[in-house]
Amino acid sequence: MNKNHFKGTGRLITLLFRQHRLKIILWLSGIIGVSLAVALAYPELYQTQDDIMGFAMTMNNPAMGALVGSNYALEDFNIGAVFASEMLLFTAIAVAILNILLVKASTREDEEVGRVEIIQSLPVGKLSYLTASILMMLVVNIGLVLLLTLGLTTFGVAIFTWESSLLYSSILGITGLVFAGVTAISAQLSSTTYGTNLLSFGALLFSYAIRVIGDVQNETLSLFSPLGWATRSAVFVQDDWLPVFVLAGCFLVLISIVFYLHLKRDMFAGLLPNRPGKERASSFLKTTPGFIWHLEKGKIIAWFLLIFLLSAAFGAILGELETYFADMDIIELFLADSAGDNMTEQFITLLVAIMSIFSIIPSVSILHSLKGEEMAGRAEHFYTRAVSRNKILGTYFGLSILSAISMQVAISLGLYVTSSQVLENPIDLMTLLETTLVFLPAMLLVIGVALLFVGALPKFTLVSWLYVVFVFIVLYVGNLLDLPTWVNDLSVFQHVPAYPHETIPWNTMGMLTGVSMFLTALGFIGYSKRDIDG
Amino acid sequence: MSIIEIKDLTKKFGQFTALEKVNLKVKKGEIHGFIGPNGAGKSTTIRVLLGMLKADAGEVSIFGKDAWNDSVAIHEQVAYVPGDANLWPNLTGGQVIDLLLEMRKQKPNEEKRQHLMKLFEFDPTKKCREYSKGNLQKVLIIAAFAADADVYILDEPTSGLDPLMERKFQTHLLELKEQGKTILLSSHILSEVERLCDTVSIIRKGEVIETGTLDELRHLTRMNFETETMQPIQELENMPGVHQFEQDGNKSTFQVDKEFTNQVIQVISQYEVIHLSSTSPKLEDLFLRYYEENEERADDHE
Ligand SMILES: Nc1ncnc2c1ncn2[C@@H]1O[C@H](COP(=O)(O)OP(=O)(O)O)[C@@H](O)[C@H]1O
Ligand SMILES: [Mg+2]
Repeated sequence: MNKNHFKGTGRLITLLFRQHRLKIILWLSGIIGVSLAVALAYPELYQTQDDIMGFAMTMNNPAMGALVGSNYALEDFNIGAVFASEMLLFTAIAVAILNILLVKASTREDEEVGRVEIIQSLPVGKLSYLTASILMMLVVNIGLVLLLTLGLTTFGVAIFTWESSLLYSSILGITGLVFAGVTAISAQLSSTTYGTNLLSFGALLFSYAIRVIGDVQNETLSLFSPLGWATRSAVFVQDDWLPVFVLAGCFLVLISIVFYLHLKRDMFAGLLPNRPGKERASSFLKTTPGFIWHLEKGKIIAWFLLIFLLSAAFGAILGELETYFADMDIIELFLADSAGDNMTEQFITLLVAIMSIFSIIPSVSILHSLKGEEMAGRAEHFYTRAVSRNKILGTYFGLSILSAISMQVAISLGLYVTSSQVLENPIDLMTLLETTLVFLPAMLLVIGVALLFVGALPKFTLVSWLYVVFVFIVLYVGNLLDLPTWVNDLSVFQHVPAYPHETIPWNTMGMLTGVSMFLTALGFIGYSKRDIDG
Repeated sequence: MSIIEIKDLTKKFGQFTALEKVNLKVKKGEIHGFIGPNGAGKSTTIRVLLGMLKADAGEVSIFGKDAWNDSVAIHEQVAYVPGDANLWPNLTGGQVIDLLLEMRKQKPNEEKRQHLMKLFEFDPTKKCREYSKGNLQKVLIIAAFAADADVYILDEPTSGLDPLMERKFQTHLLELKEQGKTILLSSHILSEVERLCDTVSIIRKGEVIETGTLDELRHLTRMNFETETMQPIQELENMPGVHQFEQDGNKSTFQVDKEFTNQVIQVISQYEVIHLSSTSPKLEDLFLRYYEENEERADDHE
């Protein structure tokens, strides 16, 4: 390849690091911090081999296998395996998301808004900006691998040997790089940042979904998913490095394809054709809600499909779960600490809780896009016309609630369409709807938090995302981290009953809604008082 | 000798032909105006020239080197200012200017940099997310002028600048010309082009419809007049150089070829002027008339 194509890459890496360093530092500290906290908590929690076996029982079944991709034989479990079972897949997904966000921002987004054009007018190679972005990701992921390895070996118990810790961290790093490559390719295919996002997150979802089905029904299928490979190294037990090499090979292939595609296209162009837009605005589009719906509908529809498909994938494996639980003998059930309860239903409750956190993402994102409009200087277009601030914010708020409800319906429908085919005692749709909609007051509260920041404190909107992450961490590993009760209670999902096992505490639900109303009101007041930025 | 040379350039976006056999030459030491309405193909031509878009047909070169294949070598001597700037929000204006200069292999000229910042009254310590549109534009203008280039390619560079800054920018361009630099200036503001340019190309719907020196294109530059006088003006209607004369009592509107302005003013002054205003023609008017004339000519031939 022409050496000139890479000219100036070094300086561009500096530029990209300066632009993104805060994001990188926050994400890496978050990922490493949570990993180390959990790694430290486990030995306290599981002191005897019996404790570990108890955990192994809950992990070593198709349900958890599907959810977290745990792939250890029952007799192999040690404290490292416990850690990897619970942490590896979700951390890998977090790393993948970091990679997607950074690559998207430093490829298609910079090109779409014209930053790449400025660079390309300098004596800089045609592939330099792209290469700088990829090299930045190499540094970020290798940095993660080294820091996490160091942290685990320094602070972890004996099982966290150099080799195992390095393997564990490397799986995270290399999975991240594969998704960096996937995103870089998406950026060549689509001519917009929005499309790049859609393709990359779609690919991540797809990898997860085929791994879910593959792990439960057909192992080979999982080998088509990077996440399938990521969970197949038996780290801390056999320490198999093959998945890392396979994923590294996959990364190299992706990168070569990216370079090839990039040289084939014009600046600003994508390789996929664009659909021409409509020439005229419909009368619905001319109303405020119509206009905002038009801006946000892509997001809502994409997330609806995403959540529906993911739920359907889980619904599809419920049949195997049912059989499995039916075969388990009483002793095992007792060990698994769930005697008497319907395990399938219990699993659904956990699943719905996790899915509901994903459901909240589009709602928060819709509110944040009002701030985005402001930053881009487009909010002016609203306010120079005779539209009140309350009406604009109110419309975004309404759309955000609508989105939350739709996503919960998507979970119910997704679980229902597949599970009704495979379960011997199908769960009816009504029960599923109740199970998901019981999360609404909690979701309203998160929406209230987001609205408060967008409305009154737009500089700190990041806090809403941090809160969503916090809720997820408390839900997923909160009981391990030994946090004070009041900290756990700050997470609104802690107050949602495990329906249908528990009855609905209406006063708590009312409280949540009340707090949500209060935050929302503050947001509206703040919004009507503050300056509009653009 | 031509520094910039475009021969029969055709560029398509899918089915849509954005440029059709475009020809353009810019000689050393001249300022060449590239004018046309929005969507005419100015930016597309410039991006092909900068090796960002690949030509479908035709030859495009700067310094005799191929614009696509030798872009890196060419760009060492070329400075570019695009029309709207989006910079890296977390970097300061000063940082961006430094980085852009460092990416040329030249040592940034500190004195020049300081001088330009002062000239354009630019505060380099703010983050790019905080700058207004005009200030972002200044970052690019300073970075381009501080570089030691032979060719300057400017795509509607003054959009977003206030009139004072615009004037300073134009003065600086004339200084560069005196130093023998070659400049391609795209614009849709006719007055800007008239003030600065030696030669002009006019592009419309992807085709260059006129090219030449300003004098050769003089017939395209008429002034719009609006007058109100005590008595109705009579003899103007049939005077040479006066076009599209319309009268409504004591008020009249008409267009005047530049070289007849003086005679027309003398005539008007005899009628006790109450109100007189003149405006430069809008580019669109020019194109409309250009096409009318062409069609008339075509009709004559039949
Ligand atoms: N990447 C692209 N894809 C499709 N059409 C484009 C693209 N870039 C420009 N065009 C079209 O080409 C024409 C010329 O655009 P442009 O060169 O930007 O005009 P100007 O700079 O003169 O305003 C316009 O009709 C524009 O819509
Ligand atoms: Mg343009």
